[in-house]
Amino acid sequence: MKKLLVYLKDYKKESILAPLFKMLEASFELLVPLVMAQIIDTGIAQRDKGIIVKMGLVMIALGLIGLVCSITAQFFAAKAAVGFSTGLKHALFGHIQKLSFSEMDTIGTSTLITRMTSDVNQVQSGVNLVLRLFLRSPFIVFGAMIMAFTIDVKAAFVFVVTIPLLCIVVFGIMLITMPLYKKVQTGLDRILGITRENLTGARVVRAFNKEEAEIGRFRDGNENLTTMQMFVGKISALMNPVTYIIINGAVIVLIWTGAVQVENGYITQGEVVALVNYMSQILVELIKLANLIITVTKALACANRIEAVFEAKSSLVSPEPGKSTGAALSAEGTGTETIRRNGSGAASPAVTFEHVCLTYKNAGAESLTDIHFQVQKGQTVGIIGGTGSGKSSVVNMIPRFYDATKGRVLVDGRDVKDYTLEELRGKIGVVMQKAVLFKGTIRENLLWGKEDATEEEMWRALEISQAKEFVETKEGGLDAKVAQAGKNLSGGQKQRLTIARALIRRPEILILDDSASALDFATDAKLRKAIREMEEAPTVFIVSQRAASIQYADSIIVMDDGEIAGMGTHSQLMETCEVYKEIYDSQFKKEGQAS
Amino acid sequence: MNGKGRQKETLLKVLRYIRKYWFYLGLSVLMAACTVALTLYVPILTGEAIDLIIAEGLVDFEGIFAILVKVGIAIALTAAAQWLMNVCNNRMTYGIVRDIRDEAFRKIEILPLKYIDAHSYGEVVSRVIADVDQFADGLLMGFTQLFTGVVTIVGTLVIMLTINIGITVVVVCITPVSFLVANFIAKKTYHMFKLQSETRGEQTALIDEMVGNQRVVQAFGYEDNAMERFDEINGRLQKCSLQAIFFSSITNPATRFVNSLVYTGVGITGAFLAIMGGISVGQLSCLLTYANQYTKPFNEISGVVTELQNALACAARIFELIEEEPQVPDAADAVSLANVEGTVDLEHVSFSYTPEKKLIEDFNLKVKPGQRVAIVGPTGCGKTTLINLLMRFYDVREGRIRVEGKDIRQVTRKSLRTAFGMVLQETWLKSGTIRDNIVMGRPEATEEEVIAAAKAAHAHSFIKRLPEGYDTVITEDGGNLSQGQKQLLCITRVMLCQPDMLILDEATSSIDTRTEIRIQKAFAKLMDGRTSFIVAHRLSTIQEADIILVMKDGNIIEQGNHESLLAEGGFYAQLYQSQFAV
Repeated sequence: MKKLLVYLKDYKKESILAPLFKMLEASFELLVPLVMAQIIDTGIAQRDKGIIVKMGLVMIALGLIGLVCSITAQFFAAKAAVGFSTGLKHALFGHIQKLSFSEMDTIGTSTLITRMTSDVNQVQSGVNLVLRLFLRSPFIVFGAMIMAFTIDVKAAFVFVVTIPLLCIVVFGIMLITMPLYKKVQTGLDRILGITRENLTGARVVRAFNKEEAEIGRFRDGNENLTTMQMFVGKISALMNPVTYIIINGAVIVLIWTGAVQVENGYITQGEVVALVNYMSQILVELIKLANLIITVTKALACANRIEAVFEAKSSLVSPEPGKSTGAALSAEGTGTETIRRNGSGAASPAVTFEHVCLTYKNAGAESLTDIHFQVQKGQTVGIIGGTGSGKSSVVNMIPRFYDATKGRVLVDGRDVKDYTLEELRGKIGVVMQKAVLFKGTIRENLLWGKEDATEEEMWRALEISQAKEFVETKEGGLDAKVAQAGKNLSGGQKQRLTIARALIRRPEILILDDSASALDFATDAKLRKAIREMEEAPTVFIVSQRAASIQYADSIIVMDDGEIAGMGTHSQLMETCEVYKEIYDSQFKKEGQAS
Repeated sequence: MNGKGRQKETLLKVLRYIRKYWFYLGLSVLMAACTVALTLYVPILTGEAIDLIIAEGLVDFEGIFAILVKVGIAIALTAAAQWLMNVCNNRMTYGIVRDIRDEAFRKIEILPLKYIDAHSYGEVVSRVIADVDQFADGLLMGFTQLFTGVVTIVGTLVIMLTINIGITVVVVCITPVSFLVANFIAKKTYHMFKLQSETRGEQTALIDEMVGNQRVVQAFGYEDNAMERFDEINGRLQKCSLQAIFFSSITNPATRFVNSLVYTGVGITGAFLAIMGGISVGQLSCLLTYANQYTKPFNEISGVVTELQNALACAARIFELIEEEPQVPDAADAVSLANVEGTVDLEHVSFSYTPEKKLIEDFNLKVKPGQRVAIVGPTGCGKTTLINLLMRFYDVREGRIRVEGKDIRQVTRKSLRTAFGMVLQETWLKSGTIRDNIVMGRPEATEEEVIAAAKAAHAHSFIKRLPEGYDTVITEDGGNLSQGQKQLLCITRVMLCQPDMLILDEATSSIDTRTEIRIQKAFAKLMDGRTSFIVAHRLSTIQEADIILVMKDGNIIEQGNHESLLAEGGFYAQLYQSQFAV
């Protein structure tokens, strides 16, 4: 919680004024029993109606001032709390966006979403309540005790014993319930996960007639959550009765002590009434406090969960700006297998892998082992291989989605770790396996690639990605609506739009990670042709399962079980690489004959 | 009227859920009454005790002691009753919340896909989770404080009347003011809370989209733009939250002020009465305590009312989901498909997702048992639509689809879907173990069968290499598996079911060709004698198909087999020939 308090910084004034005004209000409230004692001891005892009316007016005045103070306090508290959560959400969103792929893989999306929404809301109500009441309540409790001392020291000792006892009970219960609320939240996460899953996988669930089973699974999770909630609730439910017993026990003692003191002539009857009044004020405050503590306990548990997100630091560290490196020279002369474009040489290669190994977090074995190659600018590289052979892992390392555990990756002769992420990723256009589009219009989605893209640039990109035709037929053209996750488009349409999105930034390096899988062969071929014919053609990496897609690449890397099984042109590989030959033959034998 | 009427309606619906817990409700009310009665009795005793403390040397210790013993017993009983009440309320609230969640989820399972496709996941999730949570908080507060509040008011009033009618009249006259104030504020804030809740939903949807697709966001360096959009909503939320929270929080000070008026009123009139000898000081002290106790619940109730407003706004959103029109239920006389041989007829089928945009028009197709139907066509021509119709994810607009001569609207969904084995282009796995995912279609499958199916789908070797083998827990959306591995699992899943008919939607596109060859062999075995619908790209698959449907712009433009279509020299021939052109 402590770390989250920085988000109150901009609301320092409000967070100080709110409790201050609350305390002001409380002080006026504390004076009321004294005024009442005056009415009893002076007004009634001496039959002085003037005093009674005067004191009555004083009490109304106190109430009025209290009202103004209190409303002021509420306003400041609300402003600070809402401002706090707004700032917190902003920071949290920013932080989550910075997390790298490995952290996202480990934390999971759905829990991040709960943390950003319901957890932050809980913390917000917590902060609001704390600002309003957490100071006020102890203030009244201790204030009442001090007032009691001004009346009679001996009687006041009852307060001295009672208050710590109450504190122990209140905080004890708080300490016990706090970790339990954390568990409740985890239970909530679980059913959130199930709900999400069932929305995303509605078709599969129904195809397998698993509706009932899923309802059962949800019910189990829900039941589990409920049981936990009830258990915590049961403990929290102790709070009120126990405090009630303590306070009223104290009242009994107080009356007895008061009786003794009156008998001895130390205090008056009116003062006994005042003492009892103070004690009941404490009770009222404590009931409030108890309810508050439940909210605050929840809020604290939520705050911890939010903090945990902040603690997840991105494993990718960008270099400090201005720190230049001399990494450019290392690539040359290390015996790297070089892939050169016919004729052209010189300049630093677009991409270099130097003995790169990659082990994913929490994975035992290496996913990539000793990957070593060089690609010259403007070349097209095809990467082919079996499932899980590491094709995607290789290309994911170029924009630094993952960092090499051994060796290094260079872009334009510079270690990728020496670039700022922004600079590095600005050079690269990535099209992922899963075609993701966002709610909005086609235009808005394209602008992801390049913020200031002109209409012409957009159409050009659409043309190359073979999407122009279908976009033109859409109602509204570029302004046609795209539903969330692009649900109103077919798989192939989505893929072509994601390709256009990557092309529009005119990347130096274009990565197509199995991203033409939903395209038919003809479209796929046209797409590749169009990319090759682009002016200032980018260096292209095509990851594919289809030999046809990469057959004409300048160079082909064949991956097998995390290692490079072969590298070269199609004809070279047909001669030398058994794995490649097998793949090619399996796809082309029959089809080749047919054509 | 509109807002209020809806609120009332929502309240009635909530009451329906409460009905099941009548026992707890009754017990809770009873305990509340006990608590209140005892709490009210204590000040009387205290007042009596104070009257026995008159002045120096005039204290009746024996009398006081007797009274204090009574106080002690009353306190013990009160505490017990209070605890029992709290426990009852807890059970009720969380029970109701559980029931509502269960029902909401049940609804999700029977909503038409049209609804799911058209709503953002984040929004639906926010209804089931966040809204229900808020509702629970409000409800619990309502239960714990509403009863006691109401009973306290009534009880205090009765006791005050027995002590002094005049003072009671003063109290009764001033208190309604606080109620009016609270009511006024609550009415004003209902819309603010609703706006807040809606804006929150919007924000959740954005978070869901951006955080859910973080990879893309990062790849395109869209973080700043996302932040901007987020901040825009965040800013709006800040404004409307501040409004809702501030205005609703005025209730408390305002009603408290009214209380202090009541307190003063009782003090003054009481003092005058005391001078005239109408009441004793002890009684006055007692009345003062009551005046406090009488008005406090009004505060609490008004607090509860705002909280309940908020809860009702949330409940309204949940009920919106729960009351959403479900998919058309199976016809009452729906029969179970049995002994499926694989005859499928589409007769004059017309379908479109939106009435404005026509897709499939008057489409006819006859598939005989064991035939393979390949659906080909340029990307985005509506190939998956056919799957939606065959699986009855969507219903045809006109015409009918018959399986084994029966209109699929006349058979149970369950038997229809069991008859088909489906592998979709977008792989979906649920969180759980690998085995859980494989046995989805046949939970009773034995270990041997599971392994055999996995072997047949060539998934066994990679599963074996996972840390826990078949018991490896896969995270949300199969995060730790590659696309191809996920695909293999989906195929294993169907392999295990041995369905009567098959639907394959570009299922093999992400699997490397070496594996694919084996899978195709396995599929070929699976397809042997089974009617199959394949959305295909691979020419080898297409060539072997008995029927090829060539689709373009949502329409089936050609129909035939490989040879006849090539001979026709139409769109298919064009597609086919372009394959090797680069």
